[in-house]
Formats: sequence, C-alpha cells, structure tokens
Amino acid sequence: MTVPSPAAGAVRAPGRGRAPGRLVDPKLLLGILVVGALLVASLFTGVYDIWGADDGAAMFAITRVPRTIALVLAGAAMAMSGLVMQLLTQNRFVEPTTTGTTEWAGLGLLLVMVVAPEASLTARMIGAVVASFVGTVIFFAFLRRVTLRSSLIVPIVGIMLGAVVGSISTFIALRTNSLQIIGVWFAGSFTDIIRGQYEVLWITGLVGVAVFIAADRFTVAGLGEEIATNVGLNYPRMVLIGTGLIAVATGVVTVVVGNLPFLGLIVPNIVSLIRGDDLRSNLPWVCLLGIGIVTVCDLVGRTLIMPFEVPVSLILGILGAVVFIALLLHRRRRG
Amino acid sequence: MIRVTDVIKRYSSEVAIGPVDLTIEPGGIIALVGPNGAGKSTLLTMMGRLLGMDGGSISIAGHDVARTPSRELATIVSILRQENHFITRLTVRQLVGFGRFPYSQGRLTPADEQIIDRAISFLDLTGLEGRYLDELSGGQRQRAYVAMVLAQDTEYVLLDEPLNNLDMRHSVAMMRHLHDAAHTLGRTIVIVLHDINFACQYADRLCAMKDGRVVAFGTPEEIMTSEVLTDVFETTVEVIDGPRGRLAVYY
Repeated sequence: MTVPSPAAGAVRAPGRGRAPGRLVDPKLLLGILVVGALLVASLFTGVYDIWGADDGAAMFAITRVPRTIALVLAGAAMAMSGLVMQLLTQNRFVEPTTTGTTEWAGLGLLLVMVVAPEASLTARMIGAVVASFVGTVIFFAFLRRVTLRSSLIVPIVGIMLGAVVGSISTFIALRTNSLQIIGVWFAGSFTDIIRGQYEVLWITGLVGVAVFIAADRFTVAGLGEEIATNVGLNYPRMVLIGTGLIAVATGVVTVVVGNLPFLGLIVPNIVSLIRGDDLRSNLPWVCLLGIGIVTVCDLVGRTLIMPFEVPVSLILGILGAVVFIALLLHRRRRG
Repeated sequence: MIRVTDVIKRYSSEVAIGPVDLTIEPGGIIALVGPNGAGKSTLLTMMGRLLGMDGGSISIAGHDVARTPSRELATIVSILRQENHFITRLTVRQLVGFGRFPYSQGRLTPADEQIIDRAISFLDLTGLEGRYLDELSGGQRQRAYVAMVLAQDTEYVLLDEPLNNLDMRHSVAMMRHLHDAAHTLGRTIVIVLHDINFACQYADRLCAMKDGRVVAFGTPEEIMTSEVLTDVFETTVEVIDGPRGRLAVYY
C-alpha cells in the first residue's frame, strides 16, 4: 500500500501539513449536531405512544433512553475497537468480526450459560470478555508466526477462524439445547435494551477513555514493531493493552447487544480516507461516525417493518458488506 | 562508542553469526560491507535492539542495549530498517514528528517543531511536508524516513541499506545528506551498504564482514585493496585509481 501512485493525489493535507492539534473544530461541531439529531430521532421513534399513554414518560425512561445510550456506547466502542485492532495488526481490513473475536465472545457467553444457567449478567460478561481476549491473542500470535504481507489474507484467515469457533459454539448449543442463545447473539439488536439490562455497557465508555489517553502510543504502534521500538515504545505491552481493551469492548457489547458486524471496519477506513491518520484528532470522528452509523441502522431496522423490528445486525451487515467491497476496490485502485 | 563483545546469533545449527567483536569510535560514517548473508543487517539490527542476541553484549555510549530501557535507548540510538511498510496514512511532517516521540510522547512542543523543521529542510523535504507518504516516490519516502531518525536527535544512527531502490542521482544525494549529518551535526552513522564504491567514497571507516564475522576494519584506504576485497567478496575484485579516489572493478 506504500507503492507510489501519482494518480492518487486527490487528498492534500491542508496548509503546511502540520499535525492538526485542535480537537474541536467547526466541522466536528456540525458532526456532533447531526449525530445528536439522530439520537433525538431515536428517542422518539417507536410504536409505543409516549405522549398519549398514561405511563408514556415511564416507558420513555425505561426503554427509549437506555436504548439510545446503548447506541452511543456500543457504536463508539466497536468503531474504536476496530481502529485499535487495525493499528495493532497493520491491516485495514480487520475488526472484531473479521478476526473471530466476536465469535469467541459468543462462545464464552454460551459456555457460561451452559455451565451455570443462572449466571448473572456480570458472570456472562466476564466469560465473554475472557473468551474474546483468548481469541484475539490466538489470532495475533498466528499473525506473528506467519507474517502475512497480503492484506486480504489476514481477514480471510480471521473469518475462517471465526467460522470454526462459531461452529463449535453451534455444536455445543445443539448438544445442550441452547440454540436460541446463539440466535440472540447472532442477531445483534437493541430491541431488548431496557433499564436494568444495559448499564454494564458503561464499561465500554471507560475503554473509550483509555483509547483516548493512549492514542499517540497506538498510533506509534501502528507504524510497526520496529519503528515503534526504535522510538522507545514498549511494543509487546501496547499489543497486550490494546488486546485487553478490544476484548472488554467486544465482550461487553456481545453480551448486551450482540453481533455488530463490519462497524469497526468501515468507520476507521472512511475517517482515514477523508482525514488521513492523525489518530488523536480522528478519534472523535471515529466515535461520532460509529454512533451515527449504528443509530441510522437501528432507526431503519425499527421503522422498516413497523410495528416489528429488523435486527440492527442485518442492516449493518448489508451496509457494511457494500462499503467493505467499495473500500477493497478503492484501495486496490490506489495500489 | 559502540562496543560489540562476543556477540553471537544462532539461526540453526549450521547458520550462526559471530562471535563478533567490534569497537566503533564515535564520529563519521561507518559502512558495513560484505557479501549477502555475511550478517551485516543482523549485526545492525542487534545493535538497534530490534533483535535479541544469543550471546555476548553490545553497549552504545556506555548503555547495554539489552538492559537499558527502550525509551532511554531511543534518545541515544536510532535505527531504520529497509522494509518500512505501514497502513497509517501520514503526511511527511507527521512521520518526521514521530522521531520526537522519545522526548514528547506524542505532545509536540515548539522546540520539537523546530527540530522537525530542521530535519525536514536538511533532507530537502520542505515542499513535500504536507504530502501523504503514499503519494511520494520511493526516493522521497526514503528521505522522509531518514528525516524521522534525524529528528530523533540521537548521537548514533543505524541505517540498513538506505540506498535500496534509489537510482544513481538519489543515491548520491542521500549519501551527501548522510555525510553532512555525520560531519555538521556530529552524528555517528553506521550504515549497511551494498555498493563498495559508494562505501569507499562516503564512509570514514569500513567494516568488512564475511560468514558472520568481521574480517577487516579500517579506513577506506586500508580496506579498498584488491587483496582484501577479493577475499571478502570471494570474487575477483580489482581496485583502480579513479578520478575521485579508488574504484573497485568486479565485472
């Protein structure tokens, strides 16, 4: 991807190319306004008549507000996980759903529920987080062992690994009569998000804060182990921290919402194509776009076959696949 | 001073580097030369702590590279490998800015910006600093990487074949930049070079390696003889006097 391509000079850094240091600029404010409007739309979209009914205000607080908060947290967390994962693997096409991490989280969730059917939400979450961590470490170890230069092989290997883990989950589910757990996991959806069920998602907010704090170090890690070590970064430790953050975000989102395919893949790519790769000033954009896309998909899912709902994962899957293919073609043209 | 003591690296029972003993006094350009597989890049990579040793020790300016914290070492020695591939879309200036990471941890101060400015203009990149790396030619990109390690402001700079993929004009320009860096900025530059004539012209000292060992170390005058070179490269090399010093003829 570093082959010179004279035809590619469509995007130029503004001015003298100084790293943009300001976090807040007018464009970002506009973005926040647009996403804010989407979130307001999310608050007032639904079958239940929150204005007319006697318990309208209560329903609003029990379902609509939690659902909207969940959209914000899950959207931002998955988009940032994708970004961190792409930096650590130096591959633009990886994210938790193309590396098997979500399948591992699903397996962890299933195992906890099979072994201890009465397990609390926290226990299920820990199971999912531990499994995603193990799965991501296995994937990274595999990448280190076989240095894959072709950027497309990496996600293919990840998707294969995910498929194997997914079929193990299905097998266990078949033997233990718990296929519906898999079904619920597979169809990531914000339908069931209600007060008392979603609060653990705030943990992903902490993950977001951690990524913001370590943004510069993740950017340096994204230059590869040799350059990162040269400038004094403890690369193995950064990979471990990154893996931990990805695992926590993916595990928690998997337990509460389910599978959100392609979100972590398309968001960082779109932001990078438009803005280049200054991670610190890009992070707010990555969060915003992640929230925006997941909210739009959720709104579409909610209104398409009203009064029923289409799982958000379905809409995301379609959108993500289209953008993924467009990115592949675009990157190929750029060399 | 770079002190290499009994350094060994084993790849398999047959293939091993070392034991290497070498003392490099500070100042100037030191070129590592020798045939393919002689261990030049391996030795350089071990000096830059990117590769572990199986025996022996290396110290740079009194710091043991295996024990000194990486962050501290990053202010003493910088290393640039020949393959630099990354997906991050950076401008030249952003890349060079990462050379300041050991000092600023990413938050560039005005002093850092000045050093970045100087490194960029030193390598004639001022007009290109806002361009993305993937829009540059191979030679321009190579210069950007070198500007990054110069911005790191280390006394010792290790470069692995910086002339790879450069044409004649850019190779000459690069060697002149490095020569200036060594002599006007007072850096010690250790560099792996394939072209013996380039090494003779621009290096202050040559270190010839063969089969994982240092076989000759000295000034270009001492190394650039047909006896030494024929022995090192295992092919007939004649050394003649050219218009700007000695030339090795090997074809």
